[in-house]
Amino acid sequence: MKKYSLYLVAILGSVLFLSGCGDQNGKASSNGALASNNAEKVYVAPGEHDEFYAFMSGGYSGNVAVYGLPSGRMFKEIPVFSQFPTNGYGYSEETKPMLETSFGFIPADDSHHPDISQTNGELDGRWLFINGNNTPRIARIDLKTFETAEIIEVPNSAGNHSSSYITENSEYVVAGTRFSVPIPQRDMPIKDYKGNFKGALSFISVEPETGSMDIKFQLIMPGFNYDLSHPGRGKSHGWFFFTTYNTEEANSLLEVNASQNDKDFIAAVNWKKIEEYVENGGGTMVPANYTHNVYSDETHSATSTMKKEVLTVDPTKVPGAIFFMPTPKSPHGVDVNPTGDYIVGNGKLSADLTVFSFDKMIAAIDGKKFDGEAYGLPILKFEDVLAGQVKSGGLGPLHTEFDGQGNAYTTFFISSEVVKWKVGTWEVIDRKPTFYSVGHCMIPGGNSRKPFGKYLVSMNKITKDRYLPTGPELEHSAQLYDISGDKMELIYDFPTHGEPHYAAAIPASILAPKSQKIYKLAENEHPFATKNVSDARIVHDGNEVHVYMAMIRSHFTPDNIEGIKVGDKVYFHITNHEQDFDVPHGFMMIGQKNSGLLIMPGQTKTSVWEPKQEGVWPFYCTDFCSALHQEMQGYVRVSPAKSNIDLSWSLGE
Amino acid sequence: MKRASIIMIVGALCLLGLFAFPLWNIMLGAPQYPDPLGMNIHITGIQGVSEFDLQNIDGLNHYIGMKTIPKADEMWEFNVFPIVIIGMVLLGVLLGILGYLGKIDYRYFLGWFLLMSILGIMGMYDFNLWLTDYGSNLDPHAIIKVINEDGTPMTYKPPLFGYKKLLNFDVSSIPATGAWLMFVGMALTVVAFLVGWKSTGSHSSHQNHKLATS
Repeated sequence: MKKYSLYLVAILGSVLFLSGCGDQNGKASSNGALASNNAEKVYVAPGEHDEFYAFMSGGYSGNVAVYGLPSGRMFKEIPVFSQFPTNGYGYSEETKPMLETSFGFIPADDSHHPDISQTNGELDGRWLFINGNNTPRIARIDLKTFETAEIIEVPNSAGNHSSSYITENSEYVVAGTRFSVPIPQRDMPIKDYKGNFKGALSFISVEPETGSMDIKFQLIMPGFNYDLSHPGRGKSHGWFFFTTYNTEEANSLLEVNASQNDKDFIAAVNWKKIEEYVENGGGTMVPANYTHNVYSDETHSATSTMKKEVLTVDPTKVPGAIFFMPTPKSPHGVDVNPTGDYIVGNGKLSADLTVFSFDKMIAAIDGKKFDGEAYGLPILKFEDVLAGQVKSGGLGPLHTEFDGQGNAYTTFFISSEVVKWKVGTWEVIDRKPTFYSVGHCMIPGGNSRKPFGKYLVSMNKITKDRYLPTGPELEHSAQLYDISGDKMELIYDFPTHGEPHYAAAIPASILAPKSQKIYKLAENEHPFATKNVSDARIVHDGNEVHVYMAMIRSHFTPDNIEGIKVGDKVYFHITNHEQDFDVPHGFMMIGQKNSGLLIMPGQTKTSVWEPKQEGVWPFYCTDFCSALHQEMQGYVRVSPAKSNIDLSWSLGE
Repeated sequence: MKRASIIMIVGALCLLGLFAFPLWNIMLGAPQYPDPLGMNIHITGIQGVSEFDLQNIDGLNHYIGMKTIPKADEMWEFNVFPIVIIGMVLLGVLLGILGYLGKIDYRYFLGWFLLMSILGIMGMYDFNLWLTDYGSNLDPHAIIKVINEDGTPMTYKPPLFGYKKLLNFDVSSIPATGAWLMFVGMALTVVAFLVGWKSTGSHSSHQNHKLATS
């Protein structure tokens, strides 16, 4: 009896404690004993590795951050669309071309939706694709090196939002425009938007061996906003689905004017049909201006090429390729389940989810049962293609992922929760609150044919009381749910950098065997590489000075340089001679105006230094490399512009 | 005697394994080297266990003033050892053939074994000299100088055989596949001797056999 009353006190205490925290969960599953169980679930002991690696978009950071699951530890930030002072990406001469666009050098962007390459609908861990939303771009990150390998700009596009999703054999990565714009761009009244603006959906081919990207064709669609997209799977492979909003084609105060229609559309695109049309000579090549930036692991350098034309396709010229499915209400996510049977529309102003049947869609198309058309493109009848609706009682469904066990998980932004429901019966099984205002969710492999349905990560927009105030802005919180049981369990939350809009995760066991640990010096094809220490030298070319420098624990060769003059432009081309994993060297020089360098073993990088003052100026290694790291330094003597001191350099004299 | 001669030939041929496999292996592990650095000593030269191990060992050793690991053309041993081994293989095979043809008796097999043992011991002695020089003949300008308790400078000689702790490194030195093949080959030549001895003294051995089984 005494024991019983103790229990009672404990339970009362925990209820009070929970209500004090504003926990809406309020169930026994969150009491102390189980919480410690949850701690074990996310604990990764020293020296042990996380089971999954998650790639979270950085949103306005323009980059991608890599997190371990279940630990929530951040392992790395991969610079993609933004300059990154940590290693000189976008500052070093070799990587500056990666950020070139038709608008010039753009060192920032808004990265949104990463997607991992697939083979037969399963994650293969070769590449990660991500979109730059603001200046429309698609980047390919090589998962062998975790470095950005390629960036292609997307012309005729604006707000590259419905991307970067890939087909099940990585045939295409799409770049769908959020904003419709005049195509080609021209000076015209904004109020004439309706009927004149167009939306480009770009299909970028991915070369199967190298991953090299090329815009195969652009569909020039009616002037709606294209929000998100998803490729078909299995039987629906060959189709791509895009959600739209602003089918009203409003151009002002969109929060009201673009929310008038009860239903917007999911555009179903039969890309195989369009591919066939294009390969038979269809489409119109139009002038365009966009960059294609490629980084080479051999030269450790990027090149930026300007492309001058792009193939556009008028969708009305390819009958039977594109159909609109009416979807309530301003849908955000469009998600296809792992078998490819169903297309889920997440109407962000709706309380319900709308699920379409791929089979019914095909039957309706075959039966030509249309409900009018929009700009010459047939609209399917809502009832004819509807598979079912998830009556959730939540508000604002945004995005759905799948666990591979026949269950789907949908985030609800307005009601701040994750809802688990059964595919086929549309019945809600479970729901759990998030903290707070969840955007997308992610299950490792959850948008492939083979999800690893153990964890779900919710990416929240507000953090509020999850961490102590650190000023007006907090890092966004991600939350980890264990979804291996019948009921979801919130087991952890951790801060994320920037604003993750979406993420993709993969078992670490797929990535680790392919991972590259060093660059082989012997394979370094950088034109300014110093592969042998005896080749270290300085070359004068007008007022340009090229320093061919080598570095190894714990010295630079050369470390004394004289004969540099005020007004010279000094290029330090530095080669790291280490061939040992995890031993980069750094380089900083007093007065260096761009960024320091972090140079990986076997790699060459270049930084420019323009001396403005006479004197003797030091440089040093910034990455603690050995017991003698502090001694890894050197001096540059800078003489007056008119002095006649000869260039000279030395080490150990 | 024919069986003994075949065993002799096989035994001598086992030495050819030294051209395919390393003779000796030295591994250096430390907390910051979870994948230990290692060198395989072949009779034709020294190779890293992993591609860049030698460079990385040299990189570490320069702090304590050790010489860099010699290239094949920097040590006479790597020219002479292969010739010696080829010579011993040829000699062993020749002895085997002669034995097979009945030109010589089994005692020559033991003679080959004794010669090989002497050469082996000389090789080990030479190897030990090299290790001693490598580990104690240090650059006087070395950055790190560690003094033993008795005031003498620490040496970094890896063990000829077995395990030793050198500062933060766990160093092990053991025979590798080529050496094991050589040992097996040498053992086989002893077996060849014994078999030859027994087969020529067939009468007594037959009696022994009878006694053993009765």
